Amino acid sequence: MTLWTTVLLASGLAFALKLLGYVVPHHLLDRPVVSRVTAMLPVALLSALVAVQTFTGQGGVFTLDARAAGLGVAVVALRFRAPFLLVVVLAAATAGTLRALSWG
Amino acid sequence: MDKPPLDGQRRKEVLRQCLSVGVATGTYGISFGALSVAAGLSLWQTIALSALLFSGASQFAVVGIVAAGGSGAAAVATSTLLGMRNGLYGLQMSRLLGVSGLRRVAAAQLTIDESTAVGVVQPERSAQRLGFWGTGLAVYVMWNVMTIVGAVVGNALGDPKRFGLDAAAPAAFCALLWPRLKRGDARAVAAVSAVIALVVAPHAPAGIPVLVAALAAIVAGLLPQRVGGAPA
Repeated sequence: MTLWTTVLLASGLAFALKLLGYVVPHHLLDRPVVSRVTAMLPVALLSALVAVQTFTGQGGVFTLDARAAGLGVAVVALRFRAPFLLVVVLAAATAGTLRALSWG
Repeated sequence: MDKPPLDGQRRKEVLRQCLSVGVATGTYGISFGALSVAAGLSLWQTIALSALLFSGASQFAVVGIVAAGGSGAAAVATSTLLGMRNGLYGLQMSRLLGVSGLRRVAAAQLTIDESTAVGVVQPERSAQRLGFWGTGLAVYVMWNVMTIVGAVVGNALGDPKRFGLDAAAPAAFCALLWPRLKRGDARAVAAVSAVIALVVAPHAPAGIPVLVAALAAIVAGLLPQRVGGAPA
């Protein structure tokens, strides 16, 4: 799949899902089990993305490096209710600084 | 359905909410733009994602999985699973907006976490509509402008690792996840899916571990609800 195919296919499917809510008969989607699964999907996917992108290196092997320190700082910033952009910048700055000091 | 017009004061209040959410959310389009070009997407592909896909978590997932060397299919699948909640938002909003034709297409494209949230919290029907459209448009404009800024800045930065951009992506996912962890069952699902993803990671191509971890959400959703598990 080329990058453009990925971009356009993901976009098309995202729009189809958004529109689906407006066009399908309500009783088909309006079920507790549907809303429970759809509420939990972002939680599972985002958490898995955090784990994989922080703690795996080449070949998916568990790795601890500067990214973990960046994530730690991000979590602290979130606890202090820092805005999104600050959280991201602090994490990047932490990892970047540690690397500049040739650690991680 | 009658809809009394909003008085000037309420109108201003709702519009102020729309703008503040638009600015706050739109600003982090800058981090999306920077991460996207760092992942190897072109400026136009980055712009296309923000203009057409227009759903933060899905966009970050696409570029995150591409950056990690995952297949296009894994990127599309993860993005689509993340976007399923927008279908339920559409269901809620279709009742409040009463739109058809082109306006329905526009409403669907603007249906995201933020526009739905600002819309549904308003007490009056006309404020719900103003809140949804105002927030949707404000976020859309800001998000797309800031994406371009981020992409141009990201291109100028060069090697993403030097500036810790590879730590920015998980931090962004973490910030998107954070407000969803208020309930105990959500925290359990998050913990289990993180472990599943890490266990699967060495044995599967990039992008697949995250999809396997999504099973945790499906199992949790299908389990009978515990009595007394009142939503927070």
